[in-house]
Amino acid sequence: MRENIKIIGILTIVCLGCALFLALTENMAKEKIAYNENKAIKDAIFNIVKECKDIEAINIKGKTVYKIFDKNNNLIGYGFLCEGEGYQGKIKIMTAVNNNFEKLLGIEIISSSETPGLGAKINEDFFKCQFKGLNIKDPIEYTKGKVRKDNEIKAITGATISSRSVVNILNKTIKELKSNIKVK
Amino acid sequence: MNNFLKGLWKEHPVLRQLLGMCPTLAVTTTAINGLSMGLAVIFVLFFSSLIVSLIRKIVPSSVRIAVYTVIIATFVTIVDIFFKAQFPQISKALGPYVPLIIVNCIILGRCEAFASRYNVRESLLDALGMGIGFTWGLFVLGAVRELLGFSTILGIKILPSSFNPLVVMILPSGAFLVLGFMVAIMNKIEEKSKK
Repeated sequence: MRENIKIIGILTIVCLGCALFLALTENMAKEKIAYNENKAIKDAIFNIVKECKDIEAINIKGKTVYKIFDKNNNLIGYGFLCEGEGYQGKIKIMTAVNNNFEKLLGIEIISSSETPGLGAKINEDFFKCQFKGLNIKDPIEYTKGKVRKDNEIKAITGATISSRSVVNILNKTIKELKSNIKVK
Repeated sequence: MNNFLKGLWKEHPVLRQLLGMCPTLAVTTTAINGLSMGLAVIFVLFFSSLIVSLIRKIVPSSVRIAVYTVIIATFVTIVDIFFKAQFPQISKALGPYVPLIIVNCIILGRCEAFASRYNVRESLLDALGMGIGFTWGLFVLGAVRELLGFSTILGIKILPSSFNPLVVMILPSGAFLVLGFMVAIMNKIEEKSKK
């Protein structure tokens, strides 16, 4: 009995101590992490659309969409976050499309947990650049061989699943938003 | 002093004990990834050993593993939060492998085999030795793979562009190949020094 109480006591103290310590760290880093994430979103839009001068967040059916304006205050497109399952976890992609939802202006990977060195290559320029100017009137497709159509990208060698995930995530979100924005 | 030195060479955690294979093989696609993973492990190993050694006499042996795991998990989470706040780029590159340090057997292994039996000074020396050993192992492995796979080291171009990068080095099989050669070289040197 005495031994049991000791075990429970020690475990409780250790867990409480650890929890306290974690709460303190989390509290100190919380703002910085939120700031980093927010900055990553803004930077991503500016990175994709070089002409972008200003953005404005609007809400479409519970989803945040950023209107993208150029320096003459003309609406040149929309930016939004696409999210879905990758090979090993969630992939978040910042996506920009032109103002009539016919062309992709580009994409930027915000966060992913794909295999380092393989799937993680979706973060690299050679992959992301393929999406620039892609036709999105029809769903995007991927190929392992030569790219032949204007709505097609080349999958990464050794990371077909990650490449396919990116394409599927984009298709799904674009389709959803397309119908909603046209209604507006 | 011997407790510090043994982790660097004689009982090298990766190349002699073959522990912690999961991060070793998975994150070493570039030298910087190997280095950051190593530094994270040094931090976790150092503080876990410190706490485990401090409380070694009051923890009942029947629940010691549970206690060690909670302590290790705490420090790993701190590292994870720290990377996210200060180095979002590295955090992005290492992805899930930072939280996975919790199950890195080197850390639990050192806590159980060493820190829970020796005083704080010896435990910290052991932790530093093992941590630095782990780090140089991962750094060299990452550097070789990066050199042959991307022809760079730490992002700086080393090999001429006439060299055709070997994609296999970046793939998991490349990790096994390079690790195999490193272990073989290590064994050869050890064999020679015995003669």
